[in-house]
Amino acid sequence: MVPITVEALIKIAIFLFVMMTAAAYLVLLERWMCAWIQDRKGPNRVGVPLTKIKLFGLGQPLADGLKMILKQEYTPAHVDKVLFTLAPIVILAAALATFAVIPMGSILPADVAFGYLDRPVEMIVAPSVDVGMLYVFALSSLAVYGVILGGWASNNKYGFIGALRSSAQLIAYELPLGLGILGVVLVANSLEPEKIIREQASTGLWFAFAQPLGFLVFLVAAFAEAARLPFDLPEAEQELVGGYHTEYSGIRLLLFLIAEFLHMVTASFLIVILFFGGWHLWGLTGANVTDVTWFQSIARVGVLTVKVLLLILFFMLVRWSWPRFRFDQLMTLAWKVMLPLGLVNLVVVAVTQEYHASIIAALEGLGGQFTLTACIWLVSILSCIAIAIIAPRSGDNRPRFYQLPLRGQA
Amino acid sequence: MKSDDPNIKWLDEPKLGLAGRLYLPLVVQGLTTTTRHLFSKKVTQSFPEQRPTFGNPLIYRGVHRLNRDEQGRVKCVACFLCATACPAHCIDIVGVESPWPDREKYPESFVIDELRCIFCGMCEEACPVDAIELTSLFDLTGRSREEMIFDKEKLLSVYDQTKDAEPMRSTTGRDHVEPAPGKST
Ligand code: SF4
Ligand code: SF4
Repeated sequence: MVPITVEALIKIAIFLFVMMTAAAYLVLLERWMCAWIQDRKGPNRVGVPLTKIKLFGLGQPLADGLKMILKQEYTPAHVDKVLFTLAPIVILAAALATFAVIPMGSILPADVAFGYLDRPVEMIVAPSVDVGMLYVFALSSLAVYGVILGGWASNNKYGFIGALRSSAQLIAYELPLGLGILGVVLVANSLEPEKIIREQASTGLWFAFAQPLGFLVFLVAAFAEAARLPFDLPEAEQELVGGYHTEYSGIRLLLFLIAEFLHMVTASFLIVILFFGGWHLWGLTGANVTDVTWFQSIARVGVLTVKVLLLILFFMLVRWSWPRFRFDQLMTLAWKVMLPLGLVNLVVVAVTQEYHASIIAALEGLGGQFTLTACIWLVSILSCIAIAIIAPRSGDNRPRFYQLPLRGQA
Repeated sequence: MKSDDPNIKWLDEPKLGLAGRLYLPLVVQGLTTTTRHLFSKKVTQSFPEQRPTFGNPLIYRGVHRLNRDEQGRVKCVACFLCATACPAHCIDIVGVESPWPDREKYPESFVIDELRCIFCGMCEEACPVDAIELTSLFDLTGRSREEMIFDKEKLLSVYDQTKDAEPMRSTTGRDHVEPAPGKST
């Protein structure tokens, strides 16, 4: 019998390898997306090392990584040396630790372990953590410490401004993020990712369709938490050189960049798990929990991976689609738009959840669940419009205290 | 800036319509644009495999060449006008008495430091006999500084290389210049 610890260690090893490779290749994907959107071809030269085989540039991550590792590891004289080194480690450790409770698929049948195990293998490092979601959010808040430490230790104005922005932004968006998942948690009755997926698999109704408003709020907040464009103010190149990692170089910069990518991957996983049914796909993966066929368990991994990849592609597409928000617009969006929308969502979900049976019964003649969902959509769209009218997102924020009397003359 | 300066005109941001305030329609609009570009034809020219295309190679300012006349001699008359015009001072000419009857001087040595050259084309403009020209060779490389200092032979060989693809811009040599009306020679 393999002790649980060994099982977990094996999972961690596999998982670290997969994540690091994935992060490297996602960088390549990102560069390709960027190039294609700008009508360029993107990196296509580096192939198998020491040969002339180009392989569509698939060797690029290796070259990028090597470059980063071989670069001079420069520590400026004016930095706080301990914190300066600690910051990238903190941020990467937090980003990686998040994945402990994120399922990479569902379960594998027990015969995968060649008789060493008598139970199905769960494809998650730490199975059955009841507070999984809380754990994720706690750790993703911890990531901001990496950013702040980095910015503070750099002793550089750009780094510091980046860190300040980052903390303000992450704190502001923590709220909509929480409101977004609150609706899901209310319905699924659990904070455990696997249970949330199972809930969606058993009803067949993904939460993105059941709670469009919650999905919207969570999506925007997830973008902001991952500090991706259009919310990448912490490292706005045009304003802040490199933001909080201005002073970093070499491996420590690499750690920061990987952590940033992992944030995006985490966000994609969360969105898929919370709102797109995780490994569930109608008619293909089944909803059975404890006993799966080999086909089902592989299909679940495939479905989850494809969904997450699609979401990552969406993240990248968005990055090259819109300009960055101004900081006041960012805050307006969080506090005046996302917060009320999240509250509306919460109320709607709470009401439908409490009176679910009687509402379905009342709507019996009209198609029950379908009409209910349609009503929820209607409410969502109406509240979006209402918010749009009440709280405009753009604002002329020029100081105009002195030219007001001039208005009449002009 | 004084607040009562009449020259200041304050403009207000245009008011957003409902679509702009909702933001989501514009989000979709942005996504459509990028998605369209994602699949559109790429403009990249893969350089070593594929020679880039120019608008007009005849007016491109690349490596210099020294033109030859009909008899294959260097056309330059060592008048130093190009060296004088050159803002980078990278042309070095040694003019000596010409062995040919049709001109007084010719360059014994004619050296251009291509590393100092800024490829402005002033030399080409200045030359009275169109002896120096800039070709469309743009991928000039060398492994040492010495290699990038082009002497007369090298510049003439550039001419031999490019004369078919890029004919001399002026075929009227010095001998063919019409005398200005009303002036006797
Ligand atoms: S191109 Fe300009 S810089 Fe170069 S040799 Fe001619 S005059 Fe000098
Ligand atoms: S290349 Fe032209 S301008 Fe330069 S010395 Fe010769 S004739 Fe004069």
